[in-house]
Amino acid sequence: MASKQSLIDSILILADSSLILAQRLGEWCGHGPVLEQDMAMTNIALDYIGRSRLLYQYAAQLQGEGKSEDDLAFLRDVGEYKNLLLVEQENGHFGHTVIRQFFLEAFQFPFYDALQNSQDQTLKEIASKTIKETAYHLKWSTEWVIRLGDGTEESHQKIKTAITDLVPFTGELTQAVSCEKELIDQNIFPDYDEIKRKMDALINTAFKQAGLELPTQVYMHQGGKKGLHSELLGYILSDMQFLQRAYPGLEW
Amino acid sequence: METLLTAFQLPDLESRFQARIDAEDKIEPKDWMPEEYRKTLIRQISQHAHSEVVGMLPEGNWVTRAPSLKRKAVLLAKIQDEAGHGLYLYSACETLGVSRDQLIDELHSGKAKYSSIFNYPTLNWADIGAIGWLVDGAAIMNQIPLCRASFGPYSRAMIRVCKEESFHQRQGYEIMLTLSKGSKEQKAMAQDALNRWWWPSLMMFGPSDQDSKHSAQSMKWKIKRFSNDELRQRFVDMTVPQAELIGLKVPDDQLKWNEERRSYDFGEIPWDEFWNVVNGNGPCNKKRLADRVNAHNEGKWVREAAEAFAKKQAQRTDSKLKSN
Repeated sequence: MASKQSLIDSILILADSSLILAQRLGEWCGHGPVLEQDMAMTNIALDYIGRSRLLYQYAAQLQGEGKSEDDLAFLRDVGEYKNLLLVEQENGHFGHTVIRQFFLEAFQFPFYDALQNSQDQTLKEIASKTIKETAYHLKWSTEWVIRLGDGTEESHQKIKTAITDLVPFTGELTQAVSCEKELIDQNIFPDYDEIKRKMDALINTAFKQAGLELPTQVYMHQGGKKGLHSELLGYILSDMQFLQRAYPGLEW
Repeated sequence: METLLTAFQLPDLESRFQARIDAEDKIEPKDWMPEEYRKTLIRQISQHAHSEVVGMLPEGNWVTRAPSLKRKAVLLAKIQDEAGHGLYLYSACETLGVSRDQLIDELHSGKAKYSSIFNYPTLNWADIGAIGWLVDGAAIMNQIPLCRASFGPYSRAMIRVCKEESFHQRQGYEIMLTLSKGSKEQKAMAQDALNRWWWPSLMMFGPSDQDSKHSAQSMKWKIKRFSNDELRQRFVDMTVPQAELIGLKVPDDQLKWNEERRSYDFGEIPWDEFWNVVNGNGPCNKKRLADRVNAHNEGKWVREAAEAFAKKQAQRTDSKLKSN
């Protein structure tokens, strides 16, 4: 059996990644390039908050220390957060946001699809809810990758820059850390090599249609899943956790 | 159109139009309507649409700082509703022969107005509660009669808007209720928010009847059903007991129940402040407009890319069809 701690840590990787991405997408609220896309991004953010809540609730239940979803979200510091480095990256311009989303969905779609067959009943249920949203998020981001890649010269250049900027944070997605490895061995998580093949296929298909190329020989940053983050996460947390930290222990 | 009509026909059309209004018929986009009616509607509906969109900013200001995951989700969903209201109000406006781009240009150039209330800042979390409770509450008071507005697309849009706004109002009040039951600091936040949002909320109903330049004609056309002062009084009568119920004090020393009128008497609204904010001198006018203009300008390349891609796709479909 996988240890309870590994299960909790692996769930926190998913939960934290969802919440931090939702924070980033939420920053777009009221500032999108066109009203429909403002709504699309906040809609995706909402899905991610919902997902993070389910995952935090499960992690808290496994911990059995009487903590709530909010305790896990608002009362842990940078080193305890296990989100992917990719999701804490700044929104940049719309092309950056689209590419960040697309890379993540290209991983998450095959991941949550396979997680529907997990040996863990709760994760199985979360996956079957999540996969429907993920299919839409993948569609939205793929369409925008193609539109921006095959749009104007300016949009092509912009998305190319975004790809160069964000590819270095994609290696971590399919690089299992020890807690995940334990879960893979127990058929609770799917095999990451298989997920990577599917992820690469999704990226290649979209990029081909968009007239874009994936850079090769890229140095891949690691560490998010183990709590080793960029300087950016501290600002996200201090913003997000402000009220809970300034006025501890209250109902809101 | 009017230039083609003879002096004989025009009064006839106008009287038939007014007769339809008087009979509570809905006017639809393709029906004949006086140019002034069309202009009034464009001004009012676009102002409403702009208010929904600019209104996303003060609330969006707290999305990343909402104090719990549930509050964050509810706030985001609410703002998304506002964006949706903006979208279908722009659509209703487009049925009158004006494009969304034109309307947005008018907002950005300062020619079109939006509700002045959004030129006030959201300084603490209770402001999110106060906006839902007071600002959306005042908006509902204004908007319920608009569900019966004479222009069909507007009235239909408003029915949908009102349903969602009443949910917003409840969630805002619920935030205030939670804070008022909380710690000393939380109660102070709630009171501070009420102090700052009370008078601006009363101003949302517009100038006093004698100073409202569009009111009489709008009433005749059944775009408007009740006067500004009437609606403001209803809002005060509804809201004061709600404030008392959660132990908050309405910041008006002259506020007093009038048994004879079965209504509250209340103090003089600071109209100087109102006109100053309308004329650009509110605490956030410059910031709100700059945020909208920046978002639009920074999104230009995205909109252009989408357009260019759609054209390419259409050409590809065309040439595919031809080669078949």
